[in-house]
Amino acid sequence: MNIVVCVKPAPDPKRWDSIQLDPITKALQREGIPSVLGPLDKRALEEGLRIKEKYGGKVAVMAMAPPSAKDNLVEALAMGADEGYLLTDRAFAGSDTWATSLVLSKAIGNFGTFDLIICGSYSLDGSTGHVGAQLAEFLSIPNVSQVFAVERIEMGTLRTKSLIESGYRVLETPLPALITVIREINTPRFTSLLGVIEAESKPLMKWSASDLGISPEEIGLQGSPTQTGDVFLPEMKRRAEMLSGEPGEMVQEIIRKIRQALA
Amino acid sequence: MDNNKTSIISDSSLHNGQPHDISRAISAEICENPRPNLKEWKGIWVFAEQEEGCLAEVSLELLSMAQFLAKKRRAEVSVILLGDGVESLAEQLLAYGADRVFLAEHPTLKRYSTLPYARVISNLITEIKPEIFLLPGTSLGSDLAARVAARVNTGLSAHCTNLDINDKGELRQVVPAFGGKVMATILCPKHRPQMATVRPGVFRKGEAQKKRGMIERVPVEIRPEDLKQKVLEVHRGKRPARAIEEADVVVAGGAGIGDKDDWKWVERLAEVLNGAVGGTRPPLDEGWISEDQMIGQSGKTIRPKLYIGIGISGVIQHVVGIQDAKVIIAINHDPKAAIFQTADLGVVSDFRKILSILVEELEKSTSSIRGDRATLRP
Repeated sequence: MNIVVCVKPAPDPKRWDSIQLDPITKALQREGIPSVLGPLDKRALEEGLRIKEKYGGKVAVMAMAPPSAKDNLVEALAMGADEGYLLTDRAFAGSDTWATSLVLSKAIGNFGTFDLIICGSYSLDGSTGHVGAQLAEFLSIPNVSQVFAVERIEMGTLRTKSLIESGYRVLETPLPALITVIREINTPRFTSLLGVIEAESKPLMKWSASDLGISPEEIGLQGSPTQTGDVFLPEMKRRAEMLSGEPGEMVQEIIRKIRQALA
Repeated sequence: MDNNKTSIISDSSLHNGQPHDISRAISAEICENPRPNLKEWKGIWVFAEQEEGCLAEVSLELLSMAQFLAKKRRAEVSVILLGDGVESLAEQLLAYGADRVFLAEHPTLKRYSTLPYARVISNLITEIKPEIFLLPGTSLGSDLAARVAARVNTGLSAHCTNLDINDKGELRQVVPAFGGKVMATILCPKHRPQMATVRPGVFRKGEAQKKRGMIERVPVEIRPEDLKQKVLEVHRGKRPARAIEEADVVVAGGAGIGDKDDWKWVERLAEVLNGAVGGTRPPLDEGWISEDQMIGQSGKTIRPKLYIGIGISGVIQHVVGIQDAKVIIAINHDPKAAIFQTADLGVVSDFRKILSILVEELEKSTSSIRGDRATLRP
């Protein structure tokens, strides 16, 4: 099984409170916040590793990201991935999901054969959840979204359980295919010291736009059908009447408010 | 924007183990496609999600927003409905304000499947050229929207919390980023249709009226390669007794609820108010609530008459789901908890002390707080 796991290193959510919005330039100030692999990235990688352990093969991990994301790919190699691919180029900056999926598809196209692509259902920061399906479209392979269990791979088909609002579906999909995974699928393994050591000698390729044969108009801000305009902080403040003191008295106030709400 | 692209794809797709260097072919095709002549693209579309012959509520919510946009664009609203034996749903959609329902029926469309649905809809987009296309931000809706947007080479925004038409006549899409810490405005200036997904509960559905719209049956192109993925089983869970997005009262618990015994207070308060139980991610992880009871950016958006948050700190990912509640009461022992910025009434206290008295007082009450007041919306 040739597996490709696509990840999206994003600014560490624990530090999101320090993201500032410059009120004049409307630019997001996020310098100094390190990028991390998201929990869904790790689950995608973990699933790839489990499938490799069960059926044999190899796991390549890939990200379209700034050069600093190299550390995140090394972490993925330490977890057990066999090869890393960092797609990095100034020209990729500002790409929306369409342009990102295009870049990933070109890179995967460079590989030759593959059997399964695994992505997290959505990224930490943009959280659109669209890249998986769009990448599958560009590679013209079938996809399954929101997979929480890979049940069986046999005779070139994949059996999965995937979530819908009212329950779940069991699908059978011919390979090659792409799946996006959600939290419930597995618990990612920790990296071992041995893994960290071994990671250093695993191949980690860096590919630029020209390596992929992509011209600047197709990607980045230029190539993205969606453009970000205004960025602003949401207004959600209400004038809270604050209570403290004797529970008995507070309860009477609360009941008064409840009546008000239901009137 | 033509069908030649799909016929290139069907050659080598789905052949197991064959090399996939067709992405080069696709890319060349995409770049040669001229940008659309925007003036030719008219009409506001909504994809109606249906399951087992029932319209998902979100379809009607989007239909309502589509009418608002259509007025501004002086355009018609068309709803796209796929399935088998769903004509009565088309009638319902007309009653809720669709000018037209494009109805595609075929046995293979009875259950949602990505490739057959994507093909019917992409073909229709290419032929009819809508200006705007809204889809539910549900599991299936998002999957479909993403696939279609890629196929027809256009932009797609996710989980819009607001939609409007700007001065240039463009669709202004407002989406949360960084867990909702910031809101971003998205435009799709040069590509059509402008596509957006919206989660259930964000917009309100309108009233049903007698309407004179029409149903237009569309031809369904079925390709064998689209049918190779099979839906083997569909399992539906029991609907909770009170779906939180339908309840007038929602009592939610968060990380501040230490253990299962304490959680029972959340449930008791909800019960005495005849309301629904909701929560944030930590209770979900503990197994005290199910996925459809989680409130927030990646969960449900609710707008009850009364929301009571207990042991909830109020991170942005959660409060975006409650900001339209009529009255918000927050109980938290930490006076600096962010939830107090969003509440109408803030109670700084250990919830254990408060809830035992509150529940007792409410149970004693024979007044109109209980029973028929806190009912489900029709």
